[in-house]
Amino acid sequence: MSTNAGASIAEPEVPYVDPARRARRQRRGRRNAFVATMSTVVFFGVVAIAVGSSQGWPVVQDAFFNGEYFTLAWPEVLAALVINIKIFVVAEFFILILGLLLALTRLSKSPALLPLRIVGTVYTDVFRGTPTLLVVLLLGFGVPALNLSGLPTDPLVWGTIALILSYTAYVAEVFRSGIASIHPSQRAAARSLGLGNVQTNRYVVLPQAIRRVIPPLLNDFVSLQKDTALVSVLGPIEALRAAQIIVYGKFNYTPYIVAALLFIALTIPMARFTDWLTARQERQRSSGSR
Amino acid sequence: MALDLLRVDDVHKAFGTNAVLRGMTLSVAAHEVVVLIGASGSGKSTLLRCINGLEPVDAGVIMVDGLDVTADDADLDAVRQRVGMVFQSFNLFPHMSVLANITLAPRKVLGVSADEAEQRARDLLTRFGLEAKADDYPDRLSGGQQQRVAIVRALAMQPQAMLFDEVTSALDPELVGEVLDVIRGLKESGMTILMATHEMGFARDVADRICFLDAGRVLESGPPAQILGDPHEARTREFLARVLG
Repeated sequence: MSTNAGASIAEPEVPYVDPARRARRQRRGRRNAFVATMSTVVFFGVVAIAVGSSQGWPVVQDAFFNGEYFTLAWPEVLAALVINIKIFVVAEFFILILGLLLALTRLSKSPALLPLRIVGTVYTDVFRGTPTLLVVLLLGFGVPALNLSGLPTDPLVWGTIALILSYTAYVAEVFRSGIASIHPSQRAAARSLGLGNVQTNRYVVLPQAIRRVIPPLLNDFVSLQKDTALVSVLGPIEALRAAQIIVYGKFNYTPYIVAALLFIALTIPMARFTDWLTARQERQRSSGSR
Repeated sequence: MALDLLRVDDVHKAFGTNAVLRGMTLSVAAHEVVVLIGASGSGKSTLLRCINGLEPVDAGVIMVDGLDVTADDADLDAVRQRVGMVFQSFNLFPHMSVLANITLAPRKVLGVSADEAEQRARDLLTRFGLEAKADDYPDRLSGGQQQRVAIVRALAMQPQAMLFDEVTSALDPELVGEVLDVIRGLKESGMTILMATHEMGFARDVADRICFLDAGRVLESGPPAQILGDPHEARTREFLARVLG
């Protein structure tokens, strides 16, 4: 302690660190880097050798990683991906609005809204509990079969509605937890200034709640981006369906790999953006708490 | 007493089975400064929250500037525009700048134009030595600065009276003085004030009247010199012996 104090007076700008301790830290740092590199090389080396030397690898390679079919499938699957992007953009727009409305309804205390709260609770339970694929099948084949005049019969429309219904249930819960996480004292402060209930939500509670739930919301949207492929069971030729058509025609699975790569490419930017936002919020929180 | 700006008459309030206010009766005249003292749980905060309509009462009447806060059809937003409230934990809106915190209610509740609200906010900030902080966010300010901004935010609604709920209890000791100075300044400008505090020295300086609260009622009230120097009730003496050491 006393040497520390003496040294920091002699050299005020640089915090004093015991030289022996500094050397030990550097040695530990170099050793950690070495171990990390070696274990990574060994791990992936063993996996590559195990897969490559397996008996079935040449067959698998030809069936899934065939360069000829890759070039053949690439443009067609890529063109079909436009449909997935359309489904995603339209669905996301409605999911955000409906999810927020549902969350606000379930949190309201107004007696007149009780029936809506009951509907909201049942809706959330039903659509979070039902597999999304099942919702797509039921709506996509069921509703057009009713032959009701005035309703669209396009499977693409019903597939998109199914995704909206399924994901709204999740997103509403994300919003609800965000709103509930805002401390009641914020509401009290707003009300004490004379702001009404709606104004308090609009200007004080929701802006903070939405900021807080952006990372989990984006996470759900990464999931929605790839679940647009579920609409393929209804027939529209989106990316997965386009790949499937080639697979059935050529008896080679490479187009599936093409579709997988395209879906990954579609979701990676959103996933990295989510990571970045989460990290930024974490930094703000730690620097803000003084 | 038509002159009373605040009047609390035989108010009862329980949280579940925990009766916090049990026949609370109290009045504050215009331009008067009344300080509430008493142990934790004696009902100081609950009383202030009931006056501002943040908690509904179970029995009794609270009148604010002629408006009945406790009526079933009370227009609580109208009451809250007349009474400013400042909390122990500041409660600034963390997603807004200091200026936005202050101008929000005047713009959205009173319908003041953005320019005018900003001008008034800057005038108030200057008056309390905070003009340099107008564009900062609350987390960049010290606790004392945050609490002074919270006071300015309440004043921006041009209230007739201010309620202070232990506004210095969450502050580091060296920051208490700057907040108390603001309240002293408000008294000098003639503001009607009802405040709960543990700062006995400040109560002695500033209060026109001190009320000692015990078990949900006003046990005794009077001028500071009498309550702090020569209390009639044994409970008051016990309390003062504990807090004054």
